[in-house]
Amino acid sequence: MKNGNIIHVKNLTKTFGDFTAVDNISFQVGKGEVFGFLGANGAGKTTAMKMLIGISKPSSGEAQVAGFDVKSQAEKVKRSIGYMSQRFSLYNDLTIRENITFFGGIYGLKKSDIKTKSQNLIDELDLHDEADKLVGSLPLGWKQKVAFSVSLLHDPQIIFLDEPTGGVDPITRRKFWEMIYREAHKGKTIFVTTHYMDEAEYCDRVSIMVAGKIEALDTPKNLKEKYKVESMNQVFLKLARNIE
Amino acid sequence: MGISVKHISKSYDKVRALDDISFEVKPGELFGLIGPDGAGKTTLFRILTTLLIADKGEATVAGYDVVNDYKAIRNLVGYMPGRFSLYQDLTVEENLNFFATIFGTTIEENYDLIKDIYVQIEPFKNRRAGKLSGGMKQKLALSCALIHKPKVLFLDEPTTGVDPVSRKEFWEILKRLQQKDITILVSTPYMDEAALCDRIALMTGGQILQLSAPEAIIASFPKKIFKVRTAETYRLIQDLKVFTQTHSAYPFGEYMHFTSMESDFKAEDLIRYLKGKKHKNIEVLETEPTIEDSFMELSK
Repeated sequence: MKNGNIIHVKNLTKTFGDFTAVDNISFQVGKGEVFGFLGANGAGKTTAMKMLIGISKPSSGEAQVAGFDVKSQAEKVKRSIGYMSQRFSLYNDLTIRENITFFGGIYGLKKSDIKTKSQNLIDELDLHDEADKLVGSLPLGWKQKVAFSVSLLHDPQIIFLDEPTGGVDPITRRKFWEMIYREAHKGKTIFVTTHYMDEAEYCDRVSIMVAGKIEALDTPKNLKEKYKVESMNQVFLKLARNIE
Repeated sequence: MGISVKHISKSYDKVRALDDISFEVKPGELFGLIGPDGAGKTTLFRILTTLLIADKGEATVAGYDVVNDYKAIRNLVGYMPGRFSLYQDLTVEENLNFFATIFGTTIEENYDLIKDIYVQIEPFKNRRAGKLSGGMKQKLALSCALIHKPKVLFLDEPTTGVDPVSRKEFWEILKRLQQKDITILVSTPYMDEAALCDRIALMTGGQILQLSAPEAIIASFPKKIFKVRTAETYRLIQDLKVFTQTHSAYPFGEYMHFTSMESDFKAEDLIRYLKGKKHKNIEVLETEPTIEDSFMELSK
C-alpha cells in the first residue's frame, strides 16, 4: 500500500435529499495508527464510518479501505475489518461461547479454527467461569471486552470502534484502552470514535468533524498548540461551538 | 423541598442493585450521583419518583413519603428518564402540550421556566419527536419534565452519549434552573461533570463510596499523584505496571497518573527507573488529583 496508508479517503460525500451529511472529506490513515474520529452529535461521523465499513454507498468521491474500494468491493472491505459499536455488539440471549461461534461462522472461519480461537479468547480474558453464561447477565465492561475480542476473530487489519467505552467505569475504560494499545502495537490499525476527550489524547492523530466537514486533523499535541489550549476538550469546544 | 434517603436497599433476583443507601439532598441543591452503568443510579431514581418500591428503608421527596404519598410526589417532581420516553409519533409541540395538560397546566402558564431551552427547539415544533437529533430530543425531554414547574427535578443520565459541546450547554441550563429554586438530582457516568455539582455521591455496585463537595473529595485524596509521559506510551504502561513501587498507574489523557506505595516517594525515583528502562523524553511532574482519580482509588 502506498506510503503505508491503509485508509485512503478522497472527496467523500454523502447526501440525503438536499441535506449533505458528509461534505467532501479527504484524509489518510496509516497502518498501525490509532486514529480518533471526533465530532459533535449530528456532525456526520456515523455516516462517514458507515461508508468506510462498506454498508453505505457514497454519493460521490472515493475511499479505499485495506486496499479495497468501498463502492465496488464492499464485501471484501467487510472481510478485512473488525467492527464494534456500543449499541450493538453481542447477542444478549446467547452465551459468550455461542456468540464467538456465531460470529466466527459469519466471518467464514473453519469449525476447527473457531474452536481454537474461542478457547484462546476465553483463556486470554480469563472468562472460564463465565463462558457458558448468557451475555445479557454480564457487567457492561466485560461485554465490551468480549465484543472487542470478537471483532478481532478473523484477524482483520483495521478495527472500527464506534463509541466503545460509553457508560463504562473509569478503570474498565482504561483496561479497554490498554487492549487497544496492545492491538496497535501488533500492527493493527484502530479507527475510533468517542465522546471522552481524554481518550482523544490517547490517539496518534485525531480528526474533528463539524457540519459534515473535517475541520481539523493532526496529532493531539499539534492541535493543542495550534489552538493555544491545554486539552483536547478545549480544542473540541473551540471548533465545534460555533456551529448551529 | 429536599430529598431524604434512609437505608434504602433493592434487589432483583440475586443482584443487589442498592445496598443500604442513605443521603440527604438539601433544598435548592444541585446534587450529582456519579458512577458507571450498574452502580444503581437508575434504580434509585425509580424509587424516588415512586415508580418502584424499595425492599428496605425509607425515602422522602419534598417532605412526602415515596410509598404513602406517591400521588403528591408525582405532582411535585419532574423526571427525565435515561431512555428517551416521549411520544415519537407526536410533534415537539404536541408532546409539550400533552405533558402540560396531564399536569393541569398550559405551556403559556410556565413558559418562562422553559423559555431558554424551548426557543432552541421551537423552529422544529412541527417535527415529530422521533425525527429529532440526540441533542434536540434531550432539550425536548427536559422541557416536558419542567412544564408543570416541579419543585424537584430528577435527571437520569441526561448527557450520556452526548458530545462535549452539548454537554456543556446542558450543564449551563441546569445551573440556571437551580437559580429558580428547583432542587436537582442528576446522574452521570462522566466524572468531569461532577465538578459542576454542589455535592456528589460516588457510586458503584449499589453503594456510595464517598459523599461530599467535589473539591472536598479531591482534597481528601490520600496520595501524591505524579503525571508521567515518555516517548513510548505503550511501553510506559507495561513498565509502570511491573515497577515494584507502583500503587496505581492509569492512562490519563496524554499522561499516565502514577501513585506510589511509599509516602516519601520522589519524582527522581521514577525518572531513574524509567531511564533504566531506556525510555526517552521522560517527564514526571506532581499533579492535582481529579474526581476520576478519587473514584478509581476508592473502587480499587
